[in-house]
Amino acid sequence: MQKGYTLYWLLPALIVLIVYPILTNNVMLRETIFLILLSITLSISLNIIMGYTGYVSFGHIVYYGIGAYASFYLIYAYKLSLIFSILIGGVFASLVAFILGQAVLSLRGAIFAIATIGINEAIKSLINNIPFLGGAMGLYFDFSIYDKYGGAIKAIWLSYYLMGILTIVCVISAYYIKKSKFGLGLFSIREDQDASSVLGIKTKSYKSMAYAISAFFPAIAGGIFAFKSGNIEPSGAFNLVKSIEMIVMVMLGGYGSVAGSALGALIYEKIKGILLVLPYIKDLHLAVSGLILLIIVQFAPGGIVGFLTKYFKNLRKVLE
Amino acid sequence: MLVWVNAIINGVLIGLAYAIAALGLNLIWGVMKVINLSHGAFIALGMFAAYLSVKLLGLSVYTALVPIFVGGLAVGVVAFFVSLYRVLNEKELTTLLSTYALSLIIIGLGTFFFTTNPRAIDTHLGSFTLGYSSISYARIIVGLISLLLAVALYLFLFKTSLGKAIRAVSQNPTASKLYGINTTLVLSISFGIGVAFAAVSGALIASLFPFTILSGSVYELKSFVICVLGGLGSPAGAILGGLILGLLENILTLKIPVDYMPFIEFTILVIILLIKPSGLWGRR
Repeated sequence: MQKGYTLYWLLPALIVLIVYPILTNNVMLRETIFLILLSITLSISLNIIMGYTGYVSFGHIVYYGIGAYASFYLIYAYKLSLIFSILIGGVFASLVAFILGQAVLSLRGAIFAIATIGINEAIKSLINNIPFLGGAMGLYFDFSIYDKYGGAIKAIWLSYYLMGILTIVCVISAYYIKKSKFGLGLFSIREDQDASSVLGIKTKSYKSMAYAISAFFPAIAGGIFAFKSGNIEPSGAFNLVKSIEMIVMVMLGGYGSVAGSALGALIYEKIKGILLVLPYIKDLHLAVSGLILLIIVQFAPGGIVGFLTKYFKNLRKVLE
Repeated sequence: MLVWVNAIINGVLIGLAYAIAALGLNLIWGVMKVINLSHGAFIALGMFAAYLSVKLLGLSVYTALVPIFVGGLAVGVVAFFVSLYRVLNEKELTTLLSTYALSLIIIGLGTFFFTTNPRAIDTHLGSFTLGYSSISYARIIVGLISLLLAVALYLFLFKTSLGKAIRAVSQNPTASKLYGINTTLVLSISFGIGVAFAAVSGALIASLFPFTILSGSVYELKSFVICVLGGLGSPAGAILGGLILGLLENILTLKIPVDYMPFIEFTILVIILLIKPSGLWGRR
């Protein structure tokens, strides 16, 4: 398939973003960019199932939570190494998504959305009641766990590097999925599932694969985040609001577009950052994101990328 | 034994209040095939409307229900034009996001004005004793009002011309337009009624349990479970689903810790969606 130019600017831009705090050794900036990278990973992954395939996973944060819990527990209980644990967490969440997907992906539209909310809430309250996972209180690291990585400060830098690598891998994979025959199949499912099934696309396995892939990256991100913060609890790991924020980011950037999801995440985090700093308004950031979403849905359903490519047709190859 | 009787009575009474919340959601789905994700926000608004009218205006919760219903209707009609009118013919994704955006705005403003501190309304009604356990009068009143509202909705939908228009639009919007029904008006009013039911159920629930601005989402999710149990779009199913959920909550918690309840509810939700999406009562 024809290759575009998106990665040629998106990857360098990301690398500059990632490397900047490392060179300047700026800890504040590192924290901000860590959150931005997390959001970019989450929105690009959600985009695979929501933007490419047309299935709005409202409770997608569940895979972030599952991955976070799985890898956190491996480190906590078995003292396994970080990288190994987050990979296991990612594979585990993908597997859960694949199995659940066999069932829930046969639902369509709004019913699918509700079922995913149901899955998130069910797993959250299940973990609330599992004693060895800490129940509602969650689990805490002993500080000595960080010794293996040269102390807490180095461990936090390590999680930052890992997050950067994850984001880049996620962007590249999402882009190549979009450009592959598999991605084309996903897009045709989005447009008309029955017609693409008639044309010989194995819709069921395509959807399940897309769902499993879109669960993989958030799960690893969850593992990194939990390792970095040193504690984990159900209400933070399975936070439905975060799930919704992912949807807002994808819609803001333009759904179906890799560059769009990344831009959407960046802009959303920026707006949120500004709002959270302002006095009086900081409690209003939910209302503001609601307003943004409402305006996009009503007036610019294609998001920023959709809006730009509508007027500047040359940008299409650059903003895929 | 009396414990069980008590649980059943309480379950039926609270189940009726849940059913009212679910009826609002169900009506909107039935008429315009929109899942109203701002339902929980309107439930929370109803709770706070009840709280404010008790605290500031000195009304009783039950008299406040009338202005809350009317206000809910008006707010609902406005909300319809703000969030849904433009996107009604788009894909389900769009209407879901649109109503969710509305919910974010309401909850965001609500958090700003009311904070997330818990509140409660004291009805001072006391309770009567049945064996070793007691049933509060507040619950009985809530159950009765809910029953009354359900009957009223039934009469409205089946006996008045506007109600018949709503049912006509839900069956076939194009044909009803051809017969001279103002579909925009009908849709906006049915959205208004759905919101009014959400607000009233919020007020009723607020008279029983403490709440915060975020409590709405709990009851919204319960409404989903109820609607799915009874079949989306079926009003009678909503009552049945409400009763089942109320009974489940009160009877199962006698035997298992209350913390497991959400897990059971949502597992039921997902399983029913998978094996019988039309609900327990619906036809395939």
